[in-house]
Amino acid sequence: MSTPSAPGSVVGPATPPSRLGDMTRRGGWQASFFMLPALVLLVVFLIYPTIWTILLSFNSGRGLQFREWVGFANYERLFEDKRFLDLSNFPPTGALVNNVLWLVLYTGLCLLFGLLIAVLATRVRYETVIKAIVFVPMAIAATAVALIWKFVYSPDPDTGVLNAIIGGLGGNPIPWLGRESTVNYALIFANVWASAGFAMVVLSAALKGISQEVIEAARTDGATERQIFRRIQLPLLSLPIAVVTVWLMINVIKLFDLIYIATPGGGPNGKSEVIAFTMYNQTFEGGKGGYGAAVAVIMLLLIVPIMGFNIKRFRSEAVVQ
Amino acid sequence: MSAPAVSVATARPVTPSGRLVGFLTRSPVHILLVAVALIWLVPSVGLLITSFRSRSDIASSGWWETLSNFNFTLDNYQNVLSNQDMAPSFLNSLLISVPATIFPLLVGALAAFAFSWIRFPFRDTIFLAIVALMVVPAQMILVPVLRMFQDLGNGLTGQKDLITGSFVGIWIAHTTFALPFAIFLLRNFFITLPRDLIEAARVDGASNMRVFARVILPLSVPALASFAIFQFLWVWNDLLMALVFVQEPDNLPMTVRISQVQSTYGVEWHLLSAGAFALMAVPLAVFFSLQRYFVQGLLAGSVK
Repeated sequence: MSTPSAPGSVVGPATPPSRLGDMTRRGGWQASFFMLPALVLLVVFLIYPTIWTILLSFNSGRGLQFREWVGFANYERLFEDKRFLDLSNFPPTGALVNNVLWLVLYTGLCLLFGLLIAVLATRVRYETVIKAIVFVPMAIAATAVALIWKFVYSPDPDTGVLNAIIGGLGGNPIPWLGRESTVNYALIFANVWASAGFAMVVLSAALKGISQEVIEAARTDGATERQIFRRIQLPLLSLPIAVVTVWLMINVIKLFDLIYIATPGGGPNGKSEVIAFTMYNQTFEGGKGGYGAAVAVIMLLLIVPIMGFNIKRFRSEAVVQ
Repeated sequence: MSAPAVSVATARPVTPSGRLVGFLTRSPVHILLVAVALIWLVPSVGLLITSFRSRSDIASSGWWETLSNFNFTLDNYQNVLSNQDMAPSFLNSLLISVPATIFPLLVGALAAFAFSWIRFPFRDTIFLAIVALMVVPAQMILVPVLRMFQDLGNGLTGQKDLITGSFVGIWIAHTTFALPFAIFLLRNFFITLPRDLIEAARVDGASNMRVFARVILPLSVPALASFAIFQFLWVWNDLLMALVFVQEPDNLPMTVRISQVQSTYGVEWHLLSAGAFALMAVPLAVFFSLQRYFVQGLLAGSVK
């Protein structure tokens, strides 16, 4: 029916054997020509540096050079560093603990807001407007998000709208980003604001993809609404939810720009530091290459299992194709 | 759980009182959504209004008070444009982002073609290995790649800053870092193109290069556009890589400049508000003009 495919289908599935043999013989050479630029770049500027950083994490690495080998000393020092992990008080503190807090709250709130807005928006006429409003922050830089919220959180009630509202209600202004007890929650909310749109778009697309006929069929077969939600909608949403969760979790582990701009020194007493911030600070401000490399390796080790889930998914998709 | 409310929304009341009942039943939904819209709009609108207020107005009153008296001014944007640090950085952001989008697009598309339409040994193994590289965070390559650039500069001309002092370093870093995702995305698109079409071109004597340029690329515009938009915004919005790989002050992109303005001048909202919106202008323009590709790219990019 489609004209372009006609010549191929006339020849049939058996393409002329000579041609095919020719193609496979030259395939290796031709393929390497096409792959060469990519492979060179990946080996030189991604694979080799990754090995380099892993090795550096076992070296003192002062001044970002290989000095003396120190075994696991960097990792040991890291876990004794109170700014990285402090289990002595309750609740525990430190950059790593902050990442856990982010993982739970940021991921949870993004999913919650995303699902809520996706479900509610389908019931009103201004659905596209509300979705665009929530989605737009996805496009802008974390640097801009940090400034927007730094402005909202400003301790001066003549600048920050949040403290102006609190002042209007008779409360005292709160230095949201300057107080140990509030800084992390303030930053997490700012980033939920920036990322919830992603969860919303994915989940909304998934919800709309669920065929009404299937739901109607279940209903005629006597399924209760609860059964429809639990047996049909929820299972069909589980994959998109998993995809969004993976994306959000990786976001948390790589989180740097927002913290760096909103709380330049790592917040009050370094209380807003996260591991990517520690890595940058120790390496480029402190010149401790080995120490920073150890943090980078920990980041990699945290991402691998999360991405492993995704790659499994790629594989099943590849099989289908 | 969600189904009962859906039936409320779909029921069409005929009488005015029926409509009122319908509206009131749905009003919690409206109230919630209006609250959501306010939370998502007010922070950016506040900063936007501030960017059009004079420095003294900003210091003396909140932006919401302009609702009564608004002295509109473009001074802040003029300041940003005439500021020796900020104005060139806008151009620098473009000079970094455009090539750092085109290079991985080209290099990635070539490799993706090999992985989808040329048969060779270990093809899928190599492809999976490249996809697996997506796990590597930028933090793993910052120090060694910086050192490599410096050593290369030293070796070539004796100047350590040869590469980090130009745009070449940041281009290479962004290109390489984007490749696993580019190859993954494009290969998975190329593979869906009709086999008959490519076989036909080959039977007609077209070389692989010709098949790639004349058949694959023209048919893959949606995937190429999605990747290009995603990558462009990624690079434009990037702070971390630019902090490390752009060492020449005259070459710094906006994200880095804004962070410096903040630390040198303190929190000067008249500069920062206008600077933030200058930084946002390009992504917002991309978003509103290419929304469809943008969302596609983002959905595909959920793996990055």
